[in-house]
Amino acid sequence: MDSLTNYLLVGAILFSLGLYGVVTRRNGVAVLMGVELILNAANVNFLAFARFGGMNMAGHVYALFVIVLAAAEAAVALAIIINIFNNFNTINVDEVSELRQ
Amino acid sequence: MADMVFWIIVGITIGSAFMVVQSKSLLYSAYALLFTFVGVTGLYVFLWADFLAVVQVVVYVGGILVLIIFGIMLTNKITSVNISHASMQKSAGAIVVLGFVGVLGYMVFNTPWVELANVEPAQTAESLGHLLMMDYLLPFEAASLLLLGALIGATTLSRKEN
Repeated sequence: MDSLTNYLLVGAILFSLGLYGVVTRRNGVAVLMGVELILNAANVNFLAFARFGGMNMAGHVYALFVIVLAAAEAAVALAIIINIFNNFNTINVDEVSELRQ
Repeated sequence: MADMVFWIIVGITIGSAFMVVQSKSLLYSAYALLFTFVGVTGLYVFLWADFLAVVQVVVYVGGILVLIIFGIMLTNKITSVNISHASMQKSAGAIVVLGFVGVLGYMVFNTPWVELANVEPAQTAESLGHLLMMDYLLPFEAASLLLLGALIGATTLSRKEN
């Protein structure tokens, strides 16, 4: 439990699952969920390196900024998804390939 | 004891993350995402990040997850009971991702990590606040501007014309 490799492995698996969600999902909201998984994996890595690097608090600051960016990204992405739904009546990202209405 | 709790939390995190990307129903994905966020919060506690664990619960579970569920509700017809969402090119994606996690795992196991000795801090909020107000003041202000921009941008984007 108290070893850096455990946390890094959890982060790697979480990142890979998020990547799998981003590349295979068709629904825009599900792609967004994959992005959230990836950001959480990055945060686990930041905090693991902070904890095993002599409790370096700079890692915590970076993790905090990642959370702030994730919140802003989720809000804007959902606004875009709702706009796409209003224009195309679907949010399957592979069907939304036209720039004109 | 703590060892067992740690592995249970890891199991919850990875198992529910797998559910997020695998589940047929979009709402089940959202609920599995809740357990992933809670599991990651547990990992933060094990990493001595008490303040960030609380922030994770408040922002992710209280904010982002609610936003995502709103997104699901707003972009599906109420009449379609089964809000399903198919995946595509599963096998190709799985092969690429398995190769990727293999490379990452190889890197993690074969790098001679140097772990520095340290003591558990009583709390992290104080030093985090000092860092935010001293060393990272400019990024802090930039983040506040970004949040304002995202707020205005999101409301402008999602508003109906006229």
